[in-house]
Amino acid sequence: MTNPYGCWTLFVREVRRFLNVKVQTIIAPALTALLYLVVFHYAMGARPRAQLPVDYFTFLAPGLAMMTLLQNAFANSSSSMITGKVMGVHVYLLMAPLSAAEVVLAFVAAAVVRGLVCAGAFLLALVPFVHFAWPHPWLALSYAVLGGAIMGALGLIAGIWARRFDDVALVTNFVVMPLTFLAGVFYSVQSLPPLWRSLHLANPFFHLVDGFRFAVLGVADADPWWGLAPLAAAALLLFVLAWRLWAAGWKLKA
Amino acid sequence: MTLRARLCAVMQALEVSHLTKVYPNGKRALDDVSFAVPEGSFFALLGPNGAGKTTLISILADVVRPTKGAVRFLGRDLFRERAWCKKRLGVVPQEIAFDPFFTPRDVLRITSGLYGVKPDERWIEELLQRLELAAHADKNTRMLSGGMRRRLLVAQALVHRPRVVVLDEPTAGVDVELRRRLWDFMREINRAGTTILLTTHYLEEAEELCDHVAILREGRLVAAEPMETLMRKLAAAFLWLRPEGEVRDAQLADARLARFRPRRVQGGICLALARDERGRLNVHEAYQAAVAVFGPPVEMEVRREDLEDVFLRLTNRGGRTS
Ligand SMILES: Nc1ncnc2c1ncn2[C@@H]1O[C@H](COP(=O)(O)OP(=O)(O)O)[C@@H](O)[C@H]1O
Ligand SMILES: [Mg+2]
Repeated sequence: MTNPYGCWTLFVREVRRFLNVKVQTIIAPALTALLYLVVFHYAMGARPRAQLPVDYFTFLAPGLAMMTLLQNAFANSSSSMITGKVMGVHVYLLMAPLSAAEVVLAFVAAAVVRGLVCAGAFLLALVPFVHFAWPHPWLALSYAVLGGAIMGALGLIAGIWARRFDDVALVTNFVVMPLTFLAGVFYSVQSLPPLWRSLHLANPFFHLVDGFRFAVLGVADADPWWGLAPLAAAALLLFVLAWRLWAAGWKLKA
Repeated sequence: MTLRARLCAVMQALEVSHLTKVYPNGKRALDDVSFAVPEGSFFALLGPNGAGKTTLISILADVVRPTKGAVRFLGRDLFRERAWCKKRLGVVPQEIAFDPFFTPRDVLRITSGLYGVKPDERWIEELLQRLELAAHADKNTRMLSGGMRRRLLVAQALVHRPRVVVLDEPTAGVDVELRRRLWDFMREINRAGTTILLTTHYLEEAEELCDHVAILREGRLVAAEPMETLMRKLAAAFLWLRPEGEVRDAQLADARLARFRPRRVQGGICLALARDERGRLNVHEAYQAAVAVFGPPVEMEVRREDLEDVFLRLTNRGGRTS
């Protein structure tokens, strides 16, 4: 790091950017998650669920928290980057004495914070209604940070790649949404047919949701400790990719 | 590099050598451009639209990749020691763009931070005052007029106190009055030791204020010199005079005037002057020859081409004739 203060400034700027419009960036996503919780609880909650060791409401909440975290971390870095490119303000970042790693670090860290704040707001709203045991708080934080970092880096890459807002929307709708929705948030993979089950096990977002749920409730579909290492590797890989792309000026410099 | 070599190199704020840029679409925007910007100079980079000025500045700013060539910045390799150089360089881009989330004061604080400098509130206040933005400092940047935004860009480029400032058309779209004050401010900064490189379409102002000039044409450098040298070398000078009576064709054809290529201009005659190797005009010889042929004149004037005339001639856009 040659310019830690610059990196910190960029991080703070990115956090302020979403805090400036918090109704849109925090309250709305937290509310959406609450709506999912209520709707699914009343639509499905009545049916008995033999596979679930906890009631459906309690089962849903941590998965929805992780889903909200992932989607918002992605939204934060991707929208900031594409907005900057469309408006032309990304040139100020290219001009500043920040190394590519510092730029990526600041964007990813801000995305993690956005994800944590959204998921945190959602879980906070649930405090009066449900009690979580939190048997592994540090594991929960690790999963949350890893999920935010993976999505922050992915969002940054999508934003660097995109030419228009539509391109980012494309990635959001056809990659982020399906993968986060089909990550075992709404059901236990134990209840799925074998093919679907293996597909879920191959989806990294499933491991994020499942691991986080284990850390919050103490119940898991897969091994929550083994999930961490490949996820950390994925986060690192995406970080390095975003870093190389920024350093090369891919789609940024003529 | 030895210390001595480095000290000598530092005399140049910028040394551009063989800089070439070919855009992906095949457009050759810069073609083997080499020139130097002495430290402390007030340097005008001129050229018609599309000459490659913005491309050159964008390469300095690390926004466009060079195809070939090198740049030394305060003695260092710009492309290899980017972070060091960027901390000492301030750039005002041609295109105005702002983050709509922040106020001008925030923009300046953030920019300072990105350059690794803790915001100096006194300097920020001074910049806001000097660039006449103080009344709008805490409004959203969206509310600023075009002229204010451009001035904010200038403030932004200065907030980390760079040693070299590069401005791409800082006065475009700014009215005369304000432009004057903006130039005054830049001159002040220059006097305080900051090297300034700028592009502008206001050639009269450039001639008055800048001490060095480079002219680009279709990506190629056509001149790069101290302003005075360029003008002395390239600005043609004329002696215009009006004799008492009618000018006859036979007089114009007089052998004593031949070397001054006399022409009829505005009811008088115009004699082309030349300089000797020391730059002195042969105005006295011309005057004597004219008096010998026409008698004492009743009106006369020495006319010299200005930067605009020289510029137009060098960039092949046709020229005014005196
Ligand atoms: N990104 C680009 N891709 C292709 N051609 C470009 C690009 N940017 C500029 N050009 C071309 O390069 C030439 C120089 O442009 P520019 O540097 O903007 O000139 P100036 O600033 O002197 O008006 C022009 O012909 C312009 O059309
Ligand atoms: Mg230009």
